[in-house]
Amino acid sequence: MAVKAISEYTAEPKDKVENFNGMQLLYICWHKHLMFCAPFALLVSPNMTFPELWETQIKPAIAPHPDSAKIAVEKIQWELNGKAFEPNQDTSLLELGIDHKSMLTMATPGLNGLYDAGF
Amino acid sequence: MTATKKLNLKQKYQYLTRDMDWEPSYQKKSDIFPQEDFEGIKIVDWDGWEDPFRLTMDAYWKYQAEKEKKLYAIFDAFAQNNGHQNISDGRYVNSLKLFLSGVSPLEYAAFQGYAKVGRQFSGAGARVACQMQAIDELRHSQTQQHAMSHYNKHFNGLHDAPLMHDRVWFLSVPKSFFDDARSAGPFEFLTAISFSFEYVLTNLLFVPFMSGAAYNGDMATVTFGFSAQSDEARHMTLGLEIIKFLLEQHEDNVPIVQKWIDKWFWRGFRLLSLVSMMMDYMLPNKVMSWQEAWEVYYEQSGGALFKDLERYGIRPPKYQDVANAAKEHISHQLWSTFYQYGQATNFHTWIPKKEELDWLAEKYPNSFDKYYRPRFEHWDALQKKGERFYNPTLPQLCQVCQVPVLFTETDDPTAFSHRDTVYKEERYHFCSEACCEIFDNEPEKYIQAWLPVHQIYQGNCGGPDLPSVLSDYYHFNLGEDNLDFSGSPDEKRWNEIKGIKPLDKDDVA
Ligand SMILES: [Fe+2]
Ligand SMILES: [Fe+2]
Ligand SMILES: [Zn+2]
Repeated sequence: MAVKAISEYTAEPKDKVENFNGMQLLYICWHKHLMFCAPFALLVSPNMTFPELWETQIKPAIAPHPDSAKIAVEKIQWELNGKAFEPNQDTSLLELGIDHKSMLTMATPGLNGLYDAGF
Repeated sequence: MTATKKLNLKQKYQYLTRDMDWEPSYQKKSDIFPQEDFEGIKIVDWDGWEDPFRLTMDAYWKYQAEKEKKLYAIFDAFAQNNGHQNISDGRYVNSLKLFLSGVSPLEYAAFQGYAKVGRQFSGAGARVACQMQAIDELRHSQTQQHAMSHYNKHFNGLHDAPLMHDRVWFLSVPKSFFDDARSAGPFEFLTAISFSFEYVLTNLLFVPFMSGAAYNGDMATVTFGFSAQSDEARHMTLGLEIIKFLLEQHEDNVPIVQKWIDKWFWRGFRLLSLVSMMMDYMLPNKVMSWQEAWEVYYEQSGGALFKDLERYGIRPPKYQDVANAAKEHISHQLWSTFYQYGQATNFHTWIPKKEELDWLAEKYPNSFDKYYRPRFEHWDALQKKGERFYNPTLPQLCQVCQVPVLFTETDDPTAFSHRDTVYKEERYHFCSEACCEIFDNEPEKYIQAWLPVHQIYQGNCGGPDLPSVLSDYYHFNLGEDNLDFSGSPDEKRWNEIKGIKPLDKDDVA
């Protein structure tokens, strides 16, 4: 719907990818691990590979959680923007379809957080 | 002919409003009041505007001046007697830091908002009412700052509240709430602030903070509360009058107003999540739990209100049930968030003491022991090992309410209620269905949101690293204003005041 206004009302999105100096935003959510109070907002290069993303960004972000040491990477169930997703090893994030402001969610069956509370 | 006869109040009011008004002869009314029509609200007869308080300027000045005199006498006495030494506990001051940077600037924003819309109505009664409220709100902003300024001499984090309000990540929640209202048309502004905020939700802001002050020995803030009480009573009554006026004027107004109520109820509810954590976690002496407050001030009062409005064709706010169900969770989720981002706050955070955990368990029998106590005990154990948990990443924020995406699904407290949508090939993320719907109704408005996390990543908040954003852009004194209460200079000073010996000998300088 249009904004009701006294004249024609249009606007520029404030977070277009060109405002991020060659980088892009990526959100990561680890299901059932509410020790991290909200999904992470990361700044990543669209040219990095998935293994690089895992090693340099995701792993350090989830490191404080005791479950993180027990993750079998190949068993992670990934979703990209709500659809099942198979990360390919050698192509860039952008080629994998991980574009600006995408959200990746990871489920780790068998690892469902602490205290039976999804923590 | 009766020049010497004294006017009574009613006549004075009549002269001040209706009789100072006139029909323009050489300008079109629509040119003088250009904002009156574009929202689609139809006003058939402005004389239908009933002013609940026929207050005139001279009476208003006199009344407010008397209150002011008493108020400042107490502030002076409070300062001279070192009133800050009589508060319940040093941690209490942190709720004042939240209030001064989160709420007092909203009073100022309300002043600006009412001053602006007070110019926009062709009905004189509405113009006068808005101007009066504008002055009230300016006074609130000033007197709150004066009430709390004494604490700034003795505690950290109170030194630059207006700047922090404009810049700090979580303070964009209250700031963007009022920016949203002030950039709307004049009738939406009144529905948002006078009705949804002042009438429906204000008790959930005001009572917790002012009773909180009373329960925790803060005479300065309590006295401010009393001094503002009669103003707030007027604002509430006005809010109800406005909504009834809009609904009575034309049936076409009903769906427009309903949509605004749906939106502003939800916006207000999200804003109040900050108050929920203040009540349950930041007050050393608790007044009541957030859940109890929500039940009394929203479920009961709001229930009666919306029953009353039914005859106009108005139903309760669309996402009311989600808000009701969330009462058992939000304060715990908020405090978990601020605890783990305590390196980036202008107030201190801490793990509740054992008695406090027990109080929470008693107040929240369905949720606390199952979902929330374990996390605080987990973090407490880490802290005792010297590994106090801070989250080193930045959180995803909701595009509309700007709170981190931290809330959970109604039927599953272990899953975030995240939503997203794509608008003009750009993806947007939300904390809830309700925020997503607010976006979908006016996407062009919210795509402009100044989201603090994204602004940091764009390099617009200094940096490059987080500590320099916090110190240079937010004006935090790192190691003094932020981090855990335990080990803070505030705690040390409080212990000195109370003659409490530090547990650790090394703490003695
Ligand atoms: Fe106010
Ligand atoms: Fe008010
Ligand atoms: Zn939201």
